[in-house]
Amino acid sequence: MLTLIKIEIYKIFKKWRTYISFIAIGVLIPIIHIAMMIEGEHSIDYMTRNLKQSFIFVGNLLNGYLISYVILNSLVVHIPFLIALVAGDLLAGEATAGTYRIIITRPVSRFKIICSKFFAGIFYTNLLVLFLAVMSLGLGILIFGTGELIVLKSSGIIIFERGDVFWRFLAAYAFASLSMSVVAGLAFLFSSLVENAIGPIVSTMAIIIIFIIISAINVEFFQSIRPYLFTTYMNSWRLLFDNPLNLKEILESALILLSHSAIFFAATVYIFNKKDILS
Amino acid sequence: MNSEKVIEVSGLSKKFKEVRAVNNLNINVHKGDVFGFLGPNGAGKSTTIRMLLSLINPDQGKIKIFNKSLSKNRIEILRKIGAIVESPDFYGYLSAYKNLEIIGKISGKEISGKRIMEVLEMVGLDKRYKSKVKTYSHGMKQRLGIAQALIHNPDLIILDEPTTGLDPQGMKEIRDLIIHLSKDEKKTIFLSSHILYEVELVANRMIIINKGATIIEGEVKDLLNTADLKVTFEVNDPHKAKNLIQDKIWFSKLDSVVDNKLIFNITTDEIPPLNRYFVENAVDVKAIVPKRSLEEFFLNITESAG
Repeated sequence: MLTLIKIEIYKIFKKWRTYISFIAIGVLIPIIHIAMMIEGEHSIDYMTRNLKQSFIFVGNLLNGYLISYVILNSLVVHIPFLIALVAGDLLAGEATAGTYRIIITRPVSRFKIICSKFFAGIFYTNLLVLFLAVMSLGLGILIFGTGELIVLKSSGIIIFERGDVFWRFLAAYAFASLSMSVVAGLAFLFSSLVENAIGPIVSTMAIIIIFIIISAINVEFFQSIRPYLFTTYMNSWRLLFDNPLNLKEILESALILLSHSAIFFAATVYIFNKKDILS
Repeated sequence: MNSEKVIEVSGLSKKFKEVRAVNNLNINVHKGDVFGFLGPNGAGKSTTIRMLLSLINPDQGKIKIFNKSLSKNRIEILRKIGAIVESPDFYGYLSAYKNLEIIGKISGKEISGKRIMEVLEMVGLDKRYKSKVKTYSHGMKQRLGIAQALIHNPDLIILDEPTTGLDPQGMKEIRDLIIHLSKDEKKTIFLSSHILYEVELVANRMIIINKGATIIEGEVKDLLNTADLKVTFEVNDPHKAKNLIQDKIWFSKLDSVVDNKLIFNITTDEIPPLNRYFVENAVDVKAIVPKRSLEEFFLNITESAG
């Protein structure tokens, strides 16, 4: 099995499209850093102008932590596209290229084929989130240093001490990996249904956008189905920046995301095992 | 012929929506056979091959390979099969060498570099082993398809139209390779084709299918018996020619007269005396075209399918 996973990872990283995601993040995040170097202080002033009437702010508020937090907030919505770009191609790409025939006529079970591709997809997803973490947090700390993290919540403002932030980011990125693995699982499922990678990419993004819109509309019916949509839990990494931590809610969200991944995977196995290879 | 059955297919059927691709097909291939699987395009050959390789699930019927049920022993059976299914497709962004290495690993075998180069040399691609497959011509991909089928030294080789896209020299090389694999390496070969001539040159047994069903099956030498020959004599005066043979044995063998052609059911040995008789009696013979009835029959079903 390990050999099969290695082969799949090798195939992923031999394709040009894989690097689009890394290039996109590698270009975009330094641009954000540069923008924050130019405009950052002004933004912090704007954000804290009301509070400054009552409090005195000392220390370095424009730091790597704050920038990483801002990036995580904005990019976690866009990363699914980069994930779907590769995960949607894992099975459909074989159909398009006609290489299903090469794999399936070999003495290996379809279940093992699916497992190896799924785990390779999860590996890519995690690597991309890790790259995002290194680029936003690592580069942010390198350029701006560390400091206290100021977080605006609907319930008020929370300021985390310098020493209480780094572990929260590690946990938040781990949670983001889990969220993105669900996206990879969904794209993988769609990938098993069609013979062209465009379909899974578009379908995955369509599902995510529809679910996000449904969640945002303040109608009782939509709010009642909100807990059943996986997108509801994709931003639960923010729970790690609550004080005190609501561990129960964090674990519940993680479990729901894991369940979605497992369901998407099981559905893919079922479909692929029944599938006639006609490509 | 060895009595040990390598492929045993009974009552095989497959439908795609309303189209019946394979209809109650029975096939028996014995050990050491070069088995020709003939049929026009769309006859159901590739669907059958896909079912033999478990790419497609049959609706009905049983497939036994190496005397074991394919559905229950898929992995064990596939370990001993090498195949090309339709057009040869590979990972274009990888080299031929890397493609074969990956295929070997998926097969659960660590194929040595020496073996990879050996099969690449066998199909004449050893000089281009480092090139990405996307730079290969169709013929080169076809050769690589044969290489991947042989890489793990299988006992049964299933070749679906292996000479498609090859030039005449390439076609001959593949035929020679099939003969070599059968005679020298004692492999069993299941060769699908829509060209009777191609099968005739290498196969010892064959089946012709059309619309998913068996038309005819048997030993190639029996099916292509020269006694079945239909010989067309194209003459300047067909009425005179017909009158000339009225009281001869050839008249009973005259099948039909079409335009200026007289078509006889005769053997090859009877062609020279009949030709001589016409010429000596001032009937000019413009052409003599011998055609075996099976060939004509196959041509007819091919044309009607096309």
